[in-house]
Amino acid sequence: MVNFTLNGRETTFDGDPDTPLLWVIRDAERLTGTKYGCGIAQCGACTVHVDGMTARSCITPISALEGSSVTTIEAIDGPEAKAVQAAWQAIDVPQCGYCQSGQIMSAVSLLQFNPAPSDADIDGAMTGNICRCATYKRIRQAIHDAAKTLEG
Amino acid sequence: MTNATRLVRALVIAAGFALPTAALAQDRAPEAPAPSTPALPASDQNDQKTLKPVSAFDGIADETERSIAIFQETGKVLLHPRCVNCHPAGDRPLQGMDMHLHQPPVQRGEADFGVPGMMCNTCHGPKNVPVVAQSEDIKSIPGNPDWHLAPIEMAWQGRTLGDICRQIKDQDRNGGKTLAELVEHMASDDLVGWGWHPGKGREPVPGTQKQFGELYEAWAATGAHCPHR
Repeated sequence: MVNFTLNGRETTFDGDPDTPLLWVIRDAERLTGTKYGCGIAQCGACTVHVDGMTARSCITPISALEGSSVTTIEAIDGPEAKAVQAAWQAIDVPQCGYCQSGQIMSAVSLLQFNPAPSDADIDGAMTGNICRCATYKRIRQAIHDAAKTLEG
Repeated sequence: MTNATRLVRALVIAAGFALPTAALAQDRAPEAPAPSTPALPASDQNDQKTLKPVSAFDGIADETERSIAIFQETGKVLLHPRCVNCHPAGDRPLQGMDMHLHQPPVQRGEADFGVPGMMCNTCHGPKNVPVVAQSEDIKSIPGNPDWHLAPIEMAWQGRTLGDICRQIKDQDRNGGKTLAELVEHMASDDLVGWGWHPGKGREPVPGTQKQFGELYEAWAATGAHCPHR
C-alpha cells in the first residue's frame, strides 16, 4: 500500500509495489496525458514532477513514492506553467504532440529553477526529451518566449 | 548538442515510440550483438573478477613493494568502468563496459548533480530499478540515495593507477579526507558499494567491498605507497 499525493489529491495504490508510476497514473488513475515512449528513461515522454523535480515515471517504482507529491501535465500550474502553455500555443510548438507533455514538464521545471535560461541552459534541461517530429527549434523559441513573459 | 544529433537520437528511439502496435508486434527481443573478442586469456579474465586477500601479499618482504602490490590489486576495482564511468575527466558521465558517453547527454552541472530540468534524480532513484520495457542493452536503471558524479578534481578517466593513487591521497583532490577517512570511505561508503551491486545487466566490480576495504587497510598500514605509474 503506497500513499502519495497526485495532482493535489490524496491517492492510494495497493497493487504490486514495483509497478511503475506511469502505469499507476495512466491505468489506475486514468490520467492519460503522460505518455509511454521508450520505457527505459531514454526519451522523456513520461516526465512528471515528483516533489517539484522532473522524474521519468516509466522507471519510477510506485514504492519509491510513499509520501511524495506527484504532478502531471493535467494539473501543472503556476506562473511558469501558464507562461509555457501560452508560449506553446502562440507558435504552435507541437506537430504530432506525442512527446509534448513530457517536453512541457521539463520546460516548466527549467523555468522554475532558472527564469532566464540561455540556449545552453535550454539544451541542458531538454536533452532527455526526444521529439520525433524534431520540433526542437520551436521548443527552444517557446521557452525563450515564456521566459520573457515571466520577466514582466 | 546539434539538432542533427537530436534527430539521429530521435530516429533511434523511434521504434520505442511506435506504440502500441510495435509493442504488440514484437514477440521477441532484438537479436543480441555478437560477443566481443575477449582482450585477455580466460585465466586472466577470471583473475580480473576476484580480489586477492591481503594474505596473498605476505610473501613480499619489502614493505613498500608490498604496499604497492596491494594498491595495484585494488586497481582492478578503481579502473573498472563501474567506477571510472562516474569519475570522468569531462563534464559528462560515461556508461557501459566500453565507457561511452552517457545517453541521454546529461551534464555535470554546478553541484555534480546535473542541470536544472535534468538533474541526476530525473532518472536515478534511491535504488536500482529493473526496466519493464524490452531492451537489449538496458536491463535496469542504476540508483543510490547519494547518486551523483564525482567532482572534477576526482576525475580518474585516462589516468594511470599511480596517478590515481597520488590523487586519492591528496586532501585537495579527495574531498579533504585523511588516510583513515579514505580507507573508511572505500570500505563502507554506500555509493562506492554500489559498484558491487550495480543492478541487472551490469557487471559488478571484482571481489567484495569487505575485501576491498581490507586491502585498503593493509595498504595504509604498509605506508600507503603508490605505484610509480
